[in-house]
Formats: sequence, C-alpha cells, structure tokens
Amino acid sequence: MANIESALFDLGYLDTLAARDTIIHRLDPRVKVLIAVLFVLCVVSFDKYVIAAMLPFALFLSLIMGLGGIPALFILKKLILVSPFALLLGMFNPFLDQQTLLYLGPIPVSGGWLSFLSILLRFCLTVGAMLTLIATTGFNGVCMALEKMGMPKILAVQLLLLYRYIFVLMAEGQRMYRARALRSFQSRGVDMKTYGHLIGGLLLRTLDRAQRIHLAMLCRGFDGTIRTRRAPQLNGWGIAVLFLSCLVLIGMRRYDCSLLLGQLLTGFAQ
Amino acid sequence: MHMADALLSPAVGGALWAVTATTIAFCAKKVQRDLDDRKIPLMGVLGAFIFAAQMINFTIPATGSSGHLGGGMILAILLGPSAAFLTIASVLTVQALFFADGGLLALGCNIFNLGAFPCFIAYPFLFKPLAGDRTNSTRIAIGATLAGIAGLQLGAFGVVLETVLSGISELPLEAFLWAMLPIHLAIGLVEGLVTTAVVSFVWKARPEILDYSATSRPLGNLPITKVLTGLTLAAAITGGVLSWFASSFPDGLEWSMAKTSGQEELATPTEGFHQLLAGIQKKTAFLPDYSFRSNEHEPVSLKETPPSWPAVDTGTTVSGLVGGSLTLILAIALGFVFRKRSKIM
Repeated sequence: MANIESALFDLGYLDTLAARDTIIHRLDPRVKVLIAVLFVLCVVSFDKYVIAAMLPFALFLSLIMGLGGIPALFILKKLILVSPFALLLGMFNPFLDQQTLLYLGPIPVSGGWLSFLSILLRFCLTVGAMLTLIATTGFNGVCMALEKMGMPKILAVQLLLLYRYIFVLMAEGQRMYRARALRSFQSRGVDMKTYGHLIGGLLLRTLDRAQRIHLAMLCRGFDGTIRTRRAPQLNGWGIAVLFLSCLVLIGMRRYDCSLLLGQLLTGFAQ
Repeated sequence: MHMADALLSPAVGGALWAVTATTIAFCAKKVQRDLDDRKIPLMGVLGAFIFAAQMINFTIPATGSSGHLGGGMILAILLGPSAAFLTIASVLTVQALFFADGGLLALGCNIFNLGAFPCFIAYPFLFKPLAGDRTNSTRIAIGATLAGIAGLQLGAFGVVLETVLSGISELPLEAFLWAMLPIHLAIGLVEGLVTTAVVSFVWKARPEILDYSATSRPLGNLPITKVLTGLTLAAAITGGVLSWFASSFPDGLEWSMAKTSGQEELATPTEGFHQLLAGIQKKTAFLPDYSFRSNEHEPVSLKETPPSWPAVDTGTTVSGLVGGSLTLILAIALGFVFRKRSKIM
C-alpha cells in the first residue's frame, strides 16, 4: 500500500463515486453484490489457457462502469498499482510451460504465454469488478447487503465502525508522521525503534479514543445489542436485473461469444 | 502476500471461504457471548489503527528496504483470539474492497492465512506460554517475536498451498516454497520485532492495558474438537460441491490434482499427442455448435493428454483471434463512448 495521503485520497474518491446517482447506483446493494460474486466465479472458473472467451466479461464490466459513471482511468491506475503479486506469480508460466498450443501464423505460442495472459486478464476482471462494486455501492451498502445475506451482525458493526474510524485514525497517524518528519531533518526513514514508539503512541491514543467512544455510546443508551439500519425490501426491478445479469453471465460462461462472433465474421469473409 | 483471485480456482477459493465463514460465525458467537461491551468500540477502533499503522513505513536495518506492520499479532495480544480474528477479517475486507489487495473469492483465503494462523495457532501455542502472565518484558519480547515469525511462516505456507492446488500458476510446489518461506522468515522476523517494540512501549507506558487483555477469558474452554469437525465438514462439502461444478467446467481441484501429479508428462513436448489431438479436433471443432461442450469432453476422454485448449487448429484460432480482438475493441470503445458522454454532461 502506498503512503497515507494517497490512501486517504483513494478512500475519499471511492466514497465520492459511491455517492453518485446513476441507474447502477440506485440498484439494490444485494443485487450488485450477488452479480459481482457470480462475475468473479465465472471468470475464475475458466480453463487456465482461455483468453478470448473471457473478453465478453470485459465488455460486461465496461458497460456497468460506463452506466455507473466510473472513470476507467482511475480503475486502470489502481490495477497497475496492485498488479505485482499476480504478475510475479504468473511471470514464470512462460518458462515452465513451453509446450506449443497455438500458431499465430508461423509463430508458435506456448501454453505458458497463454496462461500468463490469461492470469493478467483474470486479474484485471476480478479486481475491476470489485472496485466497480464498491464505487457504485458504497461501503455501507455492501455491509448492509452482506448482513442481509447472513453475515454475523457483530462483524457488520465491526466493519462499519472500522470504516468510520479509518479516516480519523489515518489523519491522526499522518499528523504524527509529519511531525516526526519535520523534526528529523536529513534522516528520512523511520528506524525500527522510533517506529515502535510512534506506533505505540498512536496505539495509546487509539485505546483512549475507544474508551471515549464507549462512554459516549453508553450515554446514548448502548445496552450491548447493536442496531443497524434495516435494508429496504427488494423490488421487482432489482430482481429483474439480477435475473437478467445472471442469465447473461452464465451465457457468456457457457458459450464462447468471441469465438462465435469470430466465426460469424470469418464465415462472411469466406 | 495477499492471495489474488486471478490465481485461484473456484474449488480452492470456495473451500477456504467455507472454512473462513464458519470461523467467523463461531468467533462472532463467542465474542457476543463473552459480551464485554467495551470490546465492541475497541475492536472497531483498533482495526482502524492497524490501517493507520500500515501506512507508516519504517526502514529495515541493513537492507535499505522498508516494511510495515501486519498487525495480526498485536490484535491477538490486545483483544484475544476471537475478537482479533473478527477485526483482522474486517481489515482485510476493507483492504480488498478499497485497495484491491486480494479479491472477493480470495478474501476467504486471505482472512484464513493472515487471521487464523496468528490468532489460533501462534497466539495460544507460542505467545501465551512464552509471555506467561505478561509481567516480564523479555518474555513478552521473545513471545511476540517467535509468534510473529510462526504466524507469517504458516500464512506463507497457506498461500503456496492454495496457489499450487489451484493450478493456475505453473510454479511447482517445492520451488515456490523455497522462494516464499525464506522471504517470509525475514518479514516475520521484522514483524515480530516491530510487534515487540510496540507491545513493550505499551507495557512501559500503560501496563494495565496488557493486564486487562490477559485476564479476559482465554481460548481454553473451547470445545476444540467440535470446531475442528465443523471446519473440516464445511471445507469438504463446499470443496466437493465446487469441484463438481469445476469439473463440469474443465478446471478446478480435480483437474489441478491430475496436473500436479503428472507434471513431467506435461512438460515434455510430445508431437504424437498433438497429432492425436489435432485429429480429434478435426472431428469436433467444426461442429456447427462449437461451444464449450466439445471443448470439455476432451480432457475427460483422454486422461493423459495435455490440457484442454483445443490445440493447433488454424480455423478456430483465427475465429478466436478475430472475435476476441473485436470484443476487446468493443469493450474499450464502450468506455470511450461513456467517457465522451460524461464530459458533455
């Protein structure tokens, strides 16, 4: 993860995106979570050499991002930032699997390259789907949906509290870090001992804050049970969208749309 | 260290999700039953603290690289295992959703790797016996360091196992282990030292905080066999269901098992197989309904053949390329259309 400033900015930006009002944003959060899960499941269940058949999923994602007003550039930037792990693990495939599976004209293409490309594509699709989900639904929406679908209430509350205080504590950490940076002149990095004290100090402040929050909750009648906002009923439109999307996703999983399209076109050409 | 969706098969991801979900449900029940209502805001705020702490980097001595806190062990020490597990789960969820560390399917694996090992293995079996009643700072230091190392080693082992079982990446088990474990030994050592630094700071400044968490009820009275049976059952059922789902699509657990066992056969390039495949391909590939189905039966009927990409066949290759690139262009074009539109608005 990058430094505090950019992390805070990203959080804030995703929140801003989630506050928009488009046809995708207005959908019930449960519908969106279910579609995202099915999308990811479909993508990861493809055979490891498949590339072309996965591309219709990019089309689907691009459509949702477009309708939801999510800037593709932002998603792409995040994709590049977090790609190293998948890239690193996929990188060895071309060396380990050198069996020729395909000829591009005269050039033989090994299975390793195909599976490497496939991993990259999977990565873009799954991460893109997740970012799109959060950018069109917002964190509270996702939590509410998950709770409705059976997540323990205490975890839902934990997630909401965590999200609420991330902003506060990150700003606090940022202030402490900056204060230390301003007083340390040339030595730029934090050594481990200083780090221990810095984080320890932050931890003590955190614990004090937790105590104040607890007292404040008690003042407002907290009795150990937690009440979250009820989700509204699923409406017909939501169910229709869910049904249609499932149909489309499963259809794209079952039939290789790219290949069918290609056959249609090359058929015409002949 | 975060597992990614791109490297997981549905069967492995699903099985780990089942295990994680069971553990979460169990921990939630436990935390609610203990109900020390101070813990609820404490968990939330400590989760946020872990975020803030992870954003601040420190330099690792003698290497020039920098690291940051993982935080699992600190949470376990401050909150006890169940509450710490829930907190780690929430931290990883937010990381996955907002920072794209990991993925929806991989979240189960990640919570398990980074949460279960420190909370339920390293903490009760290493930290607790070593740190004792938490009145001796050396013992706390040794306990935190060793537990930090052990937790991360186990986590890294989990990542390796999940990746190899999924079979998307070609990395063989042994080489991958040799790459991951030493690196994570170093990371674990640093994590342990940092945990020690923070915990001993707190111990010096406010010793009563550590006392409080040490005296809250320990994991000891858990019916551990029941928990283990539940976990195994959940994993087996989900894995079974999903591998059925996966084998009707030609990948997943069963397929990857065959793959790991037949590694050498796959690595050797064999012309004969290709011709054989090409022959079968001719019979099946130009069926009018060329779909997923004709693709799927091959690996089943030819157990020993290389993986199921319908091999060298120019017709399908060309169609696939044309169709694929067109779809990609469409996807990009769609993006541009929407971009234009949003600019106009």
